[in-house]
Amino acid sequence: MGVISLSIADLLTAASLVLVSALISLLLRMGLGRQVLWAATRTVVQLLLVGHILRVVFAQDAPWLTALVLALMLGLAAREVAARPRERLAGRGNAWVGGLTVACTTVLTALFVLHTALRPDPWYDPRYTIALVGILLGSVLNAASLALDSMLSGIRRERAAIEAQLALGAPVGQAFAPLVRASVRRGIVPSVNQMAAAGIITLPGIMTGQIIAGMDPVEAAKYQILLMFLLCGASGLAAMGAAWLAMRRLTDTRDRLRLDRLLPERGDA
Amino acid sequence: MSEHAESSNEPLLRLDALACARLAPTTLSVAAGQCLAVLGPSGAGKSVLLRQIADLDPGTGEAWLRAQARSAMRAPQWRRQVVYCQAEAGWWHEHVAPHFPDADAARAMLARLGLAPDKLDAMVHECSTGERQRLGLARALLLQPAVLLLDEPTAALDADSTARVEAELRAALARGAGIVLVTHNESQARRLADTGWHMQAGVLSPLWQRRPEAAWA
Repeated sequence: MGVISLSIADLLTAASLVLVSALISLLLRMGLGRQVLWAATRTVVQLLLVGHILRVVFAQDAPWLTALVLALMLGLAAREVAARPRERLAGRGNAWVGGLTVACTTVLTALFVLHTALRPDPWYDPRYTIALVGILLGSVLNAASLALDSMLSGIRRERAAIEAQLALGAPVGQAFAPLVRASVRRGIVPSVNQMAAAGIITLPGIMTGQIIAGMDPVEAAKYQILLMFLLCGASGLAAMGAAWLAMRRLTDTRDRLRLDRLLPERGDA
Repeated sequence: MSEHAESSNEPLLRLDALACARLAPTTLSVAAGQCLAVLGPSGAGKSVLLRQIADLDPGTGEAWLRAQARSAMRAPQWRRQVVYCQAEAGWWHEHVAPHFPDADAARAMLARLGLAPDKLDAMVHECSTGERQRLGLARALLLQPAVLLLDEPTAALDADSTARVEAELRAALARGAGIVLVTHNESQARRLADTGWHMQAGVLSPLWQRRPEAAWA
């Protein structure tokens, strides 16, 4: 197929565009120059590293190696979900919520697609599983961290409203319903917007990549549609999961609001 | 004492060594139609006691409602019968109406508490502190709970509104409800309560008791 292979010289030429950015920062005294260069360096190192690792993994085609890479990806995403919200649940609660949500929703949706729409042979073919999980994680991570942040930052604000309902005999699920609803909505909205804008405002990355790689645009579009549906479902599950788990951590079996399980707000930032 | 006599003597609400970090083990009972007033300085643990009774904070000990153990029922079921009314009520909707499931009963109650019936159609933030306090109280009274745990129910009210609220509380007592009343107002405690208690640093001690014949009047 007509894939244009990139040489080192091609990349160096492209790097001049980064320098333009850095130069603008310098001229406007934005103080971002160092940050831009550092980010560009990270991109180069990280992507080349991933490329080489995947080349090895694909060549080995060993299930255990695939599983190891997937576990590492899930772990890093879970850490990100836990770290993004400003507020922290006591007892490593953020890590629990992040880990459970990311692992469950990603594995569930990935398995679903690998056994229905895609069906590679074998179903754990690293070329499909790793790529699929990689795409999924982006959306899952965003949805889960937004929902978790929304729950944790909203709980102090909604405290009086929730306790008023609890005091009148409402169960926790009912008292938390407005906050959970708002949090899940905040988690899902980006992926819904992404679906609505796909093809008009932006050409999605996967489709662009496949078109450049020589695929028929309509075939590429079908792939993209499948992925969009997948991402929508995954973000929905992730937002729900994160909000629900956060609610569980903030309440107990006697239907109490347990703000003592939310660490005191940090003064910085 | 025979078993029958014991069950008929069972008080409406009984606390058995209810305690938490800010409350020393507290044992007391409230009979049907009885009001118990808790006085004491701010921060002494008066609200802590009410929240403990309502099971809103973790703690130890047991509470009984008509010989039914709190631990034997689900917490929401307990709180529907033993209702805690915060000093500053919380609101889960920006309109007043959604807080009242039965609009007609609510209008009648608002009228008795000296609130215009159209307050039901107002926004919560448009209401004054005193109006919100009475709305919060009305919300709890309309549930007709067995026990009312009231945290300074008239703190933001003028004399007329206070009298209306007290009349409504007397009506609840006459129906056989029990009331634990936290108040800074000694004369209000004397007007409503059968027994007065003092809270100091989480320790509840008896202050005074109304003469028995007065209690039956």
